[in-house]
Amino acid sequence: MLSSVITRRSMEIAFALVLIAMGALAIQDSLRIGAGWSSDGPRSGYFPLILGVILILASVGNLVSALATRDAAPFATWAQLRLVGSVLLPTTIYVAVIPFAGIYLPSALLIGFFMARFGGFRWVTSLASGVAAAVVTFIIFEIWFLVALPKGPLEDALGF
Amino acid sequence: MEEIGLLMQGFGVVLQPQNLLLMVAGIVLGVIIGVLPGLGGANGIAILLPLTFAMPPVSAIIMLSCIYWGALFGGAITSILFNIPGEPWSVATTFDGYPMAQQGRAGEALTAAFTSSFVGALFAVILITFLAPLVAQFALRFGPPEFFAVMVLSFASFIGLSKGSPLKALAAMMAGFLLAAVGMDGVTGTLRMTYGSMELMRGIDFLVVVIGLFGLSEILVSIEEGLSFKGARAKLSMGIVLQTWKQLPKHWALALRSSVIGCWMGITPAGATPASFMSYGVARRTARDPESFGKGRIEGVIAPETAAHAAGTSALLPMLALGVPGSPTAAVLLGGLIMWGLQPGPMLFVEQKDFVWGLIASMYLGNVVGLIIVLACVPWFAAILRVPFSIIAAIILMVCAIGAYTVNTAEFDIVLMLIFGVIGYVMKKLDYPLAPLVLALVLGDRTEESFRQSLLLSQGSTGVFFQNWLCGGIMTLAIGIAGYPLISKAVGLFRRRELKPAQ
Repeated sequence: MLSSVITRRSMEIAFALVLIAMGALAIQDSLRIGAGWSSDGPRSGYFPLILGVILILASVGNLVSALATRDAAPFATWAQLRLVGSVLLPTTIYVAVIPFAGIYLPSALLIGFFMARFGGFRWVTSLASGVAAAVVTFIIFEIWFLVALPKGPLEDALGF
Repeated sequence: MEEIGLLMQGFGVVLQPQNLLLMVAGIVLGVIIGVLPGLGGANGIAILLPLTFAMPPVSAIIMLSCIYWGALFGGAITSILFNIPGEPWSVATTFDGYPMAQQGRAGEALTAAFTSSFVGALFAVILITFLAPLVAQFALRFGPPEFFAVMVLSFASFIGLSKGSPLKALAAMMAGFLLAAVGMDGVTGTLRMTYGSMELMRGIDFLVVVIGLFGLSEILVSIEEGLSFKGARAKLSMGIVLQTWKQLPKHWALALRSSVIGCWMGITPAGATPASFMSYGVARRTARDPESFGKGRIEGVIAPETAAHAAGTSALLPMLALGVPGSPTAAVLLGGLIMWGLQPGPMLFVEQKDFVWGLIASMYLGNVVGLIIVLACVPWFAAILRVPFSIIAAIILMVCAIGAYTVNTAEFDIVLMLIFGVIGYVMKKLDYPLAPLVLALVLGDRTEESFRQSLLLSQGSTGVFFQNWLCGGIMTLAIGIAGYPLISKAVGLFRRRELKPAQ
């Protein structure tokens, strides 16, 4: 049967496993670089090794207590996750294109997209607002504070 | 009274026109940050920190700490008018603040909230003025083992005093320490946990993590809840302010108690949020008619606001005197100190007198200026929330991306910010506390350094942490606090077993 929610219990288990994996990675790396003593004191892996062990112990505790519950409380419903995804997906694309397109053009498009998609504004209004926000940002950072943000082919073509 | 003289010098620094201007700008920005969902004290300051590198440190800390006071004030506006806590520590303010606004008493509630915030902050600043130099002087005698013990104590109080699962706090903390260890080992130069990645060689910057954990994740949580802002109208006339002020003095005992609770919770890194809840709870329990709480009692606004502001302010005491911050926002400010080239810790009071006393003086003045600004400008600040969330969310996403980029001018950091945004969302939903992770990330290198130096002194024996009464005392206290949940659970089990035969 397909349930309509992801239970909190399964998320707890998944997250505890991720943390255990993180602890294991730390232990493995600490052993690689040496976790014992050398002539000049504790080696680089000494401290992370202890951290990794404590992290795994704590996470195993969390894992056991998650496994012990019979509670089917939801982590989030699919409808909620779809909402979160509808924000996360454009944001991920935004972050992914910044190295190629600079930060200004993608920001204008992101703001325009959000306004049209979630705010119900007309596309023309939305995109114009996005461009306006990007221009203001440009003035504040590049001209006022002299902080260079990522720029792409568009800014190159405009001569910045 | 050497402190008074030094404080006067500090006022001299603050009253320079440039610093006054930065103070006002910081407070206005801070209130806006506090009002907007997804931007709070910690990540607001994290985003603006890179822009302050060119300033003198004292101007930079004045502006950034004023953003913090502004954010503390701003949280109250949204909780009272919109029933949306702009900040976690103003959740308790919604219980009675919003009902008051619905009854048309918004002006009264806002005045009470701002004024009691001010009182709480003032109490904490006075405490800092006289206690911090003493603590710092005492701490000058600390060696590496004592510093490590203090760090352990502050992390132990996360485990022992947090309301949620102590194991989750421990796991979040260890994850933070491990993230801090990524990159080059400062002592030996060995690369740790970089897995051949050039980007990870620099290490993971805590500012980027803070922006993701507190900023992006907050947007995701807000979206999920399907935000729609419906708020009460805010009107604050001088008449209402004066009328409210007239009835406030009779709540002096409540304000005093809340200030003490707030300062205690702020200095031990429990933070402003539990302080506000605890203070609200105590106020309700000690009232003659507890049932009337939650229906619009002015005490229900005074108690949490006083405590939250007292806690938020006193969190700077251990940050200044010991270099151990009491809250995530204080941790970000501490990170700023390191970036401006100052060495946090007790020597700050000896070597950077202008900086320390300028900051303390700015706390006095900043809170006065803040009180005036919020009282005068509430309607404008409230109008920010009438801007549709679709616009606010997109702009905040852009600001977070810019903030993450400017920390090290690295595009990889924007990706990290996104990843930590998703992690923060999951952690929030699973009740993993974020504060221990951030504090561990900020303090990780220094904790490890003092740990390794101590072990060097003793040639590897952990007995060094119990070598004298001071260090041993702090360590024992830490172990006791961290073990408190276990002990109380054991006692609980024991009692239940005793009760059972009687049933």
